Amino acid sequence: MNWLARLLGSSVGRKMLVALTGLALVGFVIAHMLGNLQVFLGPDALNSYAAKLKSLGALLWVMRGGLLAVFVVHVGLALKLAAENKAARPAAYARPGRVQSTLGARSMVLTGLMVLLFVLYHLAHFTFGWTHPEHATATEAVQTLTGPVNRHDVYYMVVMGFRQPLVSGLYIAAMALLALHMSHGVQSVFQSLGLNNRKYEDPIRKLAIGLAWVIFLGNSSMPVAVMAGLVDLPGA
Amino acid sequence: MKLTLRIWRQKGPDVAGDLETHELPDVSPDMSFLEMLDVLNEQLQNEGKEPVAFDHDCREGICGMCSLVIDGVPHGPMKATTTCQLHMRTFHDGDTITIEPFRAKAFPVIKDLCIDRGAFDRISASGGFVSVNTGGAPDANAVPIGKEDADAAMDAAACIGCGACVAACPNASAMLYVSAKVGHLAHLPQGQPERGRRARSMVETMDAEGFGNCRNYYECEAVCPKEISHHFIGGMNRDFLKANLCGGE
Repeated sequence: MNWLARLLGSSVGRKMLVALTGLALVGFVIAHMLGNLQVFLGPDALNSYAAKLKSLGALLWVMRGGLLAVFVVHVGLALKLAAENKAARPAAYARPGRVQSTLGARSMVLTGLMVLLFVLYHLAHFTFGWTHPEHATATEAVQTLTGPVNRHDVYYMVVMGFRQPLVSGLYIAAMALLALHMSHGVQSVFQSLGLNNRKYEDPIRKLAIGLAWVIFLGNSSMPVAVMAGLVDLPGA
Repeated sequence: MKLTLRIWRQKGPDVAGDLETHELPDVSPDMSFLEMLDVLNEQLQNEGKEPVAFDHDCREGICGMCSLVIDGVPHGPMKATTTCQLHMRTFHDGDTITIEPFRAKAFPVIKDLCIDRGAFDRISASGGFVSVNTGGAPDANAVPIGKEDADAAMDAAACIGCGACVAACPNASAMLYVSAKVGHLAHLPQGQPERGRRARSMVETMDAEGFGNCRNYYECEAVCPKEISHHFIGGMNRDFLKANLCGGE
């Protein structure tokens, strides 16, 4: 395993690990969005999807553990690399310049850290129900409208959460940051893993930017739809 | 042309430096940037002051010795041009120009604008060569090389090792330089036997020298006077991964 230690001990190898974990997180973001878009199919669709996920039991915890591990490696290594980068230029330029690097590329650490903060808020909001405990369990009257009593009512929670302009605004802003992060990150995955070349570069760039837009528009559509009243509580 | 120069002065490696302002009342637009600095130094010497130390050698754009970050851009505003080949007609009468050394931990300032780029030599010494047993010189055309590979090898070999890539990189990464040296030999049959070892060894030395990590900004490529492409970085990443996955311990 000497070769593995040598690979991961190098800057290039560590970047490859950031790329691979980033790729796994992109996969999660896509799956997460597709699952949540079922909010447009109504309370039953979203709540049964949520119930199905919860019924996975041990498997769900394995998935959550894996996701957490991937997340920790991605963030931890990226921060380590960023610290090395800072140390590599101890004296800054009096007059800094920029020729062709993009905003997405230059703000990777900042957008990444802001997305991390958002993820913590998002977990506290929807997963643990800390920020709005009153939304986490629907009142009996509403539950009878949206499903069997005592069912964890995700649909109710989403609608009640996104009815607040501040919460919706925060989610949309976070998705813009995530999209900016991904617009550079997805391209970087290919370059860092050595899968980029002259022939693939343009399609890869279009894929990265297209995917970033899909994630931004797809995820933002949910708070927007709730705010616009297109997604509402049944019977309302 | 009348110019105001804000120029970096630093007495030695371990002393703090600062920008110093000088006025040049009569600069010819036909002068090269370095000739303009020669004029400044003449003026300083006439005033009994210490001239500005800066690196230069061939002044033909091929040796890689000149450097300077001019208004935030290594080798100045003109694409694919070294500082020595940059002419004052690129600037305007009345301009203020800020001149700083290439800044990186791995390129310590020796004095003023002179920096120590020995780190590049140590990287090249760790693998940027082919081992050849001596004997009768083979016929130059005995080993056929495809046009695309020959072109790519030549493109990479155009690197003059000036270090502008490091200076331009927000992370002071040396990946463009190292990938050019790795890529140049990776495209030639003579480079094959040591290909994996070369990529591993040169990356290892690069890390040890204290350069930063590539974040795919491609600022390096934009300022490279020889227009080395960032695709060589992708190629080196590929070689490095392959060498570690498929090569020996």
